Amino acid sequence: MSVLRFDCRFRYASGFALDFAFVAERGVTAIVGPSGSGKTTVLNLIAGLLTPVEGMIELGETRLFDATSAINLPPERREIGYIFQDYQLFPHLTVEQNLRYGQRRASHAPASFEHVIEVLELDALVKRAPVSLSGGEKQRVALGRALLRGPRLLLLDEPLNAVDARLRQTIGEFLARAIAEFKIPAVLVSHDQESIAALADAIVPIDGR
Amino acid sequence: MLLNSAEWQAVGLSLLVAGVAAAASLPLAVLAGWILAKRTFPGKFLVETVINLPLVLPPVVTGYLLLVLFGRRGWLGGLLERTLGVRFVFDWKGAALAAAVVSFPLMVRPIRLAFAAVDDRLLQAARTLGAGRADAFWSVALPLARPGILSGAVLAWARSMGEFGATIMIAGNIPGETRTIPLLIYSLLETPDGPQRAARLVIASIVIAAMSLAMGEWLEQRGRRRLQGAVA
Repeated sequence: MSVLRFDCRFRYASGFALDFAFVAERGVTAIVGPSGSGKTTVLNLIAGLLTPVEGMIELGETRLFDATSAINLPPERREIGYIFQDYQLFPHLTVEQNLRYGQRRASHAPASFEHVIEVLELDALVKRAPVSLSGGEKQRVALGRALLRGPRLLLLDEPLNAVDARLRQTIGEFLARAIAEFKIPAVLVSHDQESIAALADAIVPIDGR
Repeated sequence: MLLNSAEWQAVGLSLLVAGVAAAASLPLAVLAGWILAKRTFPGKFLVETVINLPLVLPPVVTGYLLLVLFGRRGWLGGLLERTLGVRFVFDWKGAALAAAVVSFPLMVRPIRLAFAAVDDRLLQAARTLGAGRADAFWSVALPLARPGILSGAVLAWARSMGEFGATIMIAGNIPGETRTIPLLIYSLLETPDGPQRAARLVIASIVIAAMSLAMGEWLEQRGRRRLQGAVA
């Protein structure tokens, strides 16, 4: 039983068209392609932030989107944790309030706060403001925030791209640790196959058009 | 600097009128600012024009239009008086209505800018974390736009304190009921030794206006600092 089935057509206002299909199994699936190939668009379609022109998206047994039967679950009901490329931590909230944001809105009991703090080593950061964090710290907070939302799937946009090259390995380790510890399948996108090879269980190429 | 009783009365009335005007129009201004900043729809240009019209229209014209609309024989005014018993003409509530309409564009502008500065991706992040549209607005957009909302409210309040043209059209110039600071200054200047008698109120107006501008600036800067640095 596959975790995610995706088969969608999408068209931007600029005329750029995307026609892409893939299946994700348990573990980490990496979608790899050059910039402009529509990788982030695929994540936004899965998360429900964009609506396909036609096609279907299925998470486990749940239809998230189906053009033929007019199913289109809103993002808040898709139970998907999305780690944006620039993290999008809420600047008016502390790290702890950021982490609790999704937890308070989770429809079922997610991983415990203490457990996530421990695995991602966030203990020293909880009282801090997001602006005071380094890129790697922000990413760990974003990951923790997504995990505490109780997701059935994690989406990661260029998880190793925005961070300092020296930090790549540590960030990759945190990611691998979290995904293994909380047993949540993940789909990540990257333009660089080499950097994510160690993290990914399966690699799906995307070329756009 | 002490004021006499008529002057104190005018100051108190101005504070009431401006306070009610700002408080009553704030929810509407937040809604308008949000829609103008984040939504596109046919006729948006028209909505913008109507909201901004009082900014450039002679206040006397605005007051006249309000009188036509909210007068006892106006279709809104008649309806409100029959159903709710609310009267605007020659009433302090009319002065508050005039102040609210005239200051509305000044209130909407900073609120709109503040909402426009809220990154859509933050709202999307909130949605993926389980927040519906309304929840994302209350928990993310509104707190982030707070400095702009406060500064819009202060600006509109200050403008309301000085409202004259529209006020005199719909509310008249009744001591103790609608004679606010500018209307009292106007009345005093029509008397022989007016300039001397109005001097204290002129100075009071300047002080109140300067203080509210300074406060608006302070609120906005404090809000910005809070978002950029230490979270309180």
